[in-house]
Parts: sequence; C-alpha cells; structure tokens
Amino acid sequence: MKLDYAEAGSVGRPMPDWLVKLIWPVAALGLLLAFNLAFTSLFFRLEWRDGHLYGSLIDVLNRGSPVMLLALGMTLVIATGGVDLSVGAVMAISGAVAAQMINVPGMPFGLVIAGALAVSVLAGVWNGLLVGIFKIQPIVATLILMVAGRGVAQLITGGQYTTFTDAKLVYVGNGHLFGLPFPVTIVFVMLVVTGLLTRKTALGLFVESVGDNEKATHYAGISSRAVKFMAYVFAGLCAGLAGLVAVSNIKCADSNHAGLFLELDAILAVVVGGTALTGGRFYLLGSIVGALLIQTLTTTMYMRNVSPEIAPVPKAIVIVAVCLLQSPVFRNQMRRIAKWRPA
Amino acid sequence: MADVLLEMRGISKRFPGVLALDGVDFRLRRGEVHALMGENGAGKSTLIKALTGVHMRDEGKVVLDGVEIDPRSPRQAEELGISTVYQEVNLIAHLSVAENICLGREPTVFGKIRWGAVKRRAEEAMARLDLRVDVSQELSQCSIALQQMVAIARALDIRAKLLLLDEPTSSLDANEVAELFVVMRKLRDQGLGIVFITHFLDQVYGVSDRITVLRDGRLVGEYETSKLGRMELVSRMIGKDASKLERGEKRAAGGKAAGGVFVEAKQLGRRGSVSPMDIRIGKGEVVGLAGLLGSGRTEMARLLFGVDKADEGYVEVDGRMVTLGSPKQAIRLGFGFTPENRKTEGIVPHLSVRENIILAMQGRRGMWRALSSREQMEIAGRFIEALGIKTPSPEQAVCNLSGGNQQKVLLARWLANEPRLLILDEPTRGIDVGAKAEIEKLIGQLCEAGMSIVFISSELEEVVRTCQKVVVLRDGAKVGELEGEQVSEEAVMQTIARHADEA
Ligand SMILES: Nc1ncnc2c1ncn2[C@@H]1O[C@H](COP(=O)(O)OP(=O)(O)OP(=O)(O)O)[C@@H](O)[C@H]1O
Ligand SMILES: [Mg+2]
Repeated sequence: MKLDYAEAGSVGRPMPDWLVKLIWPVAALGLLLAFNLAFTSLFFRLEWRDGHLYGSLIDVLNRGSPVMLLALGMTLVIATGGVDLSVGAVMAISGAVAAQMINVPGMPFGLVIAGALAVSVLAGVWNGLLVGIFKIQPIVATLILMVAGRGVAQLITGGQYTTFTDAKLVYVGNGHLFGLPFPVTIVFVMLVVTGLLTRKTALGLFVESVGDNEKATHYAGISSRAVKFMAYVFAGLCAGLAGLVAVSNIKCADSNHAGLFLELDAILAVVVGGTALTGGRFYLLGSIVGALLIQTLTTTMYMRNVSPEIAPVPKAIVIVAVCLLQSPVFRNQMRRIAKWRPA
Repeated sequence: MADVLLEMRGISKRFPGVLALDGVDFRLRRGEVHALMGENGAGKSTLIKALTGVHMRDEGKVVLDGVEIDPRSPRQAEELGISTVYQEVNLIAHLSVAENICLGREPTVFGKIRWGAVKRRAEEAMARLDLRVDVSQELSQCSIALQQMVAIARALDIRAKLLLLDEPTSSLDANEVAELFVVMRKLRDQGLGIVFITHFLDQVYGVSDRITVLRDGRLVGEYETSKLGRMELVSRMIGKDASKLERGEKRAAGGKAAGGVFVEAKQLGRRGSVSPMDIRIGKGEVVGLAGLLGSGRTEMARLLFGVDKADEGYVEVDGRMVTLGSPKQAIRLGFGFTPENRKTEGIVPHLSVRENIILAMQGRRGMWRALSSREQMEIAGRFIEALGIKTPSPEQAVCNLSGGNQQKVLLARWLANEPRLLILDEPTRGIDVGAKAEIEKLIGQLCEAGMSIVFISSELEEVVRTCQKVVVLRDGAKVGELEGEQVSEEAVMQTIARHADEA
C-alpha cells in the first residue's frame, strides 16, 4: 500500500461524509425547483402581507413541518436498525390530549403542551420497552401502537371532533414568528436540539454503532437496550410536537385523520436523506431535505392540478430515482455502462 | 511457457486515498502451490479480489489457461474455474453447514433441490478434510475454526483449475492445518494451481513451491521457496534487514514481581459448555488457555467477560466477589476482551478507525461525558502510530482496512481503555510477522506496568512464548496447569494427550 495523498489532495480535502450524502437529495430538490421555475411560475411568488411572508415556498416549509419533525425522531430510530410505524398515531394522541385539556377551564397553556408531550413520550417509552428491552421486532412492536393508538385518541376525545379556539394553541400551527410560520421555528429548534443531543454527547456515536454492529457494540460495554430505548422515546417526543402542529392547523382533534400515513412519509424522508434502513450512519440534515423534497412534490402536483388519485405515482418515481442514485451498486453499473460504450 | 496457468500483468487498483496495487505482475504455474507474502496492507487480498471480480481492476490484464478473462463477479470467476476462500469468512450464518457448502450449486431434479443429495455432498466435502460433523447444524453455532473449514470445504467442492486461499489457516490448529496441507498437495499433484496467503512462515516453507512477495502494493519479486531463506524472505517483506526485528523476549515471569492475585475464578462453569474450574490470574501475569479446537477456551473467555453468564461458581477481583452479568460490568471492573470473530463481534465496520478505537473508552465514560474531537484524534493518532495501523486517515471506515489492520484497530480499542485484565482470543490472527513482534513487545510493557492478560491462541508456540502460566483445557474441562519452567509445547501436548488416554 502507498498512501496516495496526491490524489486525495487533487480534490482538496475529501468531502465529509454528511456533505457527500446531501448531494443527491439536494440535487433532486434543486431539479424539482428548476422545473417549477420553468413551468409553474406562480411557485416562486412571495408576498409580504401583514408582516408575514406568503407563497408556495413558505407553504412547503409550513406544511412540511410535521413530517420534518417526525423525520428527526425517525432518523435516530432507523439508525439503530429499527423503524417506528406508530408516529402517525402518536400525533393523533398528542392532538387529542391537547384539544381535550385546552377546553378545561382555567388550565394553564404550559400544562396543556406538557401534558400532550408527556403522553407522547409515554408512547415512545412503550415502544422503547418492547423493542429495546423485550427485543420484539421493531415493525411488529410499533405496529401495535400504530393500530391501537387511534383508538386511544378516540377514547381521549370520547369519539368526538374536539374543536377549540384558544389563541395560544392556535398560534402553534398558524402563528408567525420572524415573518415565517411558527412551525418553521419549531423545526429549526428541534433540528438544533437533535444535532446537539447526538453530536455533543456520545449518543450519536452509540446509535450508529448499535445500528452498524450491535454485538460488537455490546462487547464494547455499551448498552444497546438503553440506546434503542432512547431513540424510540425521542421519536415519541417528536411525534408529540408534530401532533401539536397538526391539531393546531385545523383547530380540531381528528383522531381518524391526524397524521394518517405520515409515518410513511417520515420513513421515506429519512431514506431519501441518506440514512440506510439497515441502520448505522445517520444524517439529520439529509432527512430534513428529504422531507422538504416530499412536500415540494406534493405542493407542485397540487398547483399543477394533478388529480390526487395519480399523485402518488410521480412521488414514487422521484423517490426511486433518488434512492437508486444513492446506491453504490447502481452507480457502479452506470459507470460501467458509460465506460463500455466507447469500446 | 506451456505450464503457465495464470498470468496477471500490470495489475493496478486504486481506492480513494490509497494505491493498493501498483502495476503488479503475478504468474502461477500448473501444479504448484504459490505463497503470496507481504505485510498487513501490502495488497495481497486486493490482488485476489481483483482476480475474482470482487473489485474491478483499474489497469492490467489477466490470462487464465491462455484465454484473457475479466470476471465481473465472484460467481463468474467460479464459472471460469477459480475457487476462492476469502480472508473474511463470508458464509451465511443462519443457513446450515450443508446449505453453505452447496449454496448456488445445489443438486436439483427438475428445479427441485434434493436435500438428501445436498447433505451427502456436504458430508463428502467435509470428509475430504477429515472432518466428521453434523452438517445440518446452523453455521452460526460453529466455532470460527470450523467455519473456516466449511469455507475451505466449499471451495474444494467446486471443480476448479485454480484455488485461491486467503489466510485459510488463521484460526486453525496444527492438526487441521496438516489435514488441509494433505488435500492441497493432492490437488497440486492433480495439476491445480494454488495460491496460498498466510503470515505463518512455517506453513509457507511446509507447503509452498514458490513465493511472490508484495510490499506497499508493488511486486518485490518471485522466488523458489527452496532457495529463499526465512530471514531473507522477511527482509523482502518488510523492506529492511530482518535481523533488526527482535522477537519479544519471554519475560521470565517478570510480571510476578508485581505480585498478588488480581482475578480468581472459583469453580466457574456453565452447563453444556465449560465444567467448573479454578483459574488464578496474578497482577502483571500472562495466563494462557491452551487446548484443541472445542476445548472450551473461547467459552471460558466469554464467561470471564460476562458475555455468557456462569451458572456455577463465582469470580473474585482483588479478593472481593463480583457479579459478571454483562460486558459492561466486566469493563467497569477493568476487564477488556478482543473476541476471536472480529467481523461479527469485533469491528463496527462502517464507523471510522477513530470511532472504533475510542468506542470502549467512550462506553466506559457513558453517554454524557463525550470525548472531545481533539481528544479522540489524539488517542486515535497515538494508537495508529504505536501499532502501525495502515490507513490513509483516522476517518477511514474500518471495513476498508486490510484484515490485519482491522485486528490492530480492535487491539487499540482495548489498549486505549487501559484495562487491568485483557482477555485476548486469537489476538494476532492475521497479523504480520513484524507487527506481531511489536504487539508482543507492547503487551510485555503493559504487563510490566501491572496489567494482567488471558491469552488464547491456536498457535501453541505463541502461547508458550508469551505466557508464564498455561491452563490446559480439554472437552470443556481443565486438565492441567503448567507454570514457569514447566511451560513448553511438549508439556502442553502431553497434558492433553494424557487425558485423552484416561478418558
Ligand atoms: N474497499 C477498500 N476501500 C479502500 N481501501 C481499501 C479497500 N480494500 C483494501 N483497501 C486498502 O488497500 C490496501 C491493501 O489491502 P489488502 O486487504 O489487499 O491488504 P493485505 O495484503 O491483504 O493485508 P492483510 O495481511 O492485513 O490481510 C490497504 O491499505 C487497505 O487499506
Ligand atoms: Mg488480506
């Protein structure tokens, strides 16, 4: 072996891994935006009204917030080699708790938020116990709450659509801060919090190590149970926040539809963002970009009047394309084909 | 030349930041065993993989039997008559031994697999290596040595012109190696060409006809085994005078001076794997566990580290009874453990060299007291230097390192943690001659400073050289203990044999 710094030097210092992983999702997002620039001119129109920004781009940020929040928690769960199917249902529970509590006269707002988040964390604890401690397959373990969670939400609301008008709770999903919708601030804060939590402590290293080789990690004296447990609890917390945004958006707790199928969007966002479903290395920024890509697609199709029945098809195509581009096997094949042609 | 079977010319292979092969020529004749030698990271495995289509070569030409070939996958290589045992056993853990041997070429009738025939064929393949085992057991239940034998049996089961063996003997003991050599010689006499990679010089001189030496991805030369002395061979491999390479002198019970018992296992055992036994480990002492394959060496190590829970007896540390319920508890007591199976139990493949080295240390500090990136770099840098780990950067993913260098990373992980007792299960597996001496020296120093070691190796000579005390095991039971002057290869073998007669 010869250390070949010359080659490494010619491209400057090798790009950090997370930047490399960001290339494809960002490129896909860029392409989609370019498409809109060419064909959907309305897409880029921004308006300044009453001190707030409005427009499709802002809409993407706003509507994408719940999935971005879910994706943050899902990233950690997937990095441990698991998956959490229950986050959509946990959103419904969180919204139900908030709507129910806010209608109790004299209930302080802080307690409402704390209550909704505490219940969501409890849901995460349940998942964490099943997967981390009792070693039940993640898909099966979280399927339980995915199915039963909406029933729990129904129980909380007594089977009603609980509406509310409390200004503070309405602000969570509809207010503005710094000219931008408030959910954007929530996402930003959670991204920073998650980043610090994983990279300033050893949690990120432990999560990646457990996901990459659980046995070796166990032998190195790291409790894979505790690590997995924390990942699911954190995913529960994120789902709780997403549920608050969603319930506030429509000012009503709808146990049947709140967060429906959003767990799938969150999983997609994570995978598109470069984190492998098999676990190991995770990329928080990638997941956020993945969530934005999915929302941009949805908004684009909405603006181009694509009928909702066929809307999933273009979505599937874009996602498959990004995943293929990320696959080293696929890229090698392409390279080989490109090489063969001149011969 | 009509007798040339394989000709590789100007083979180059570049990985990001590393030129692994730089215009290497290699020639193999019909009916010869050709040893491929070189230090860890010299490019041996890469040359094999460039031949079998695991890696695409960047440059160069390969001619097999007069025909230019360019297999694009190991499967294609097999179809061309190239049969390979890769360095990292890559079989499927949850299939049976029989399925692993026949995988991809199961005997079928109208597309239906004939399980009876699969089983028979697997048994025949194992019998060729003089092994009689239950081929229906799951592979993950087998020891590493047995898995290695299965991989060899699989390779021998293919009708091949060319057999490539990348460190097939790294966890085998003397008897199994002898068995393998018998088969290799038979195949050679039938006109096969065999490439054999190993770091054991005895084996090279025992079986090979010719030697090709690589260094830093370049060809050093091709020699006839009978005309190249050992010292010369080593000099060619390391690129400097081998006589400067000092073997770690056996410390004459040097550690004993530190004195005092550190760990004492009392009637420690686990039903179905090890019968209750006493083991006493002094401060600064190196205690060997010797015995044949399946004698319970690894099982005992796992009990001591809390990987498996003992159901009989107990362990005292510094005279106080302790519970060993998990590796975590063992580490808190100051234990460390490098398992024999580095791929599944040792390295975390996609994390960097740096992260792999600090992993146990960070595990002991816990989640909240993260080592700063400066501290991490300092520790990683120190051990990369001390153990001579060949890597383009501390940020390289460990799975991209050569086998021997991965093993060094694993050692570094535990040395960085500064354990009081280090349990080493086959620690020098796949490590080259020079590095082995370096590591032995390092371990010697650490023992002077009071660290104790439990040392397991299938290489008896190594056990005898490094250990002041040897506990001899057989069939999961302790059958003897040798100390100080008594420790010798003959004594260990006699102890094992004596109990064979009694039994
Ligand atoms: N997939 C890979 N990606 C990047 N670098 C690699 C890869 N595989 C091998 N290398 C590098 O190529 C060099 C040669 O490695 P190789 O595995 O061929 O060594 P080797 O001679 O087999 O050593 P050992 O005796 O330790 O098995 C090493 O420096 C290694 O770091
Ligand atoms: Mg190798």
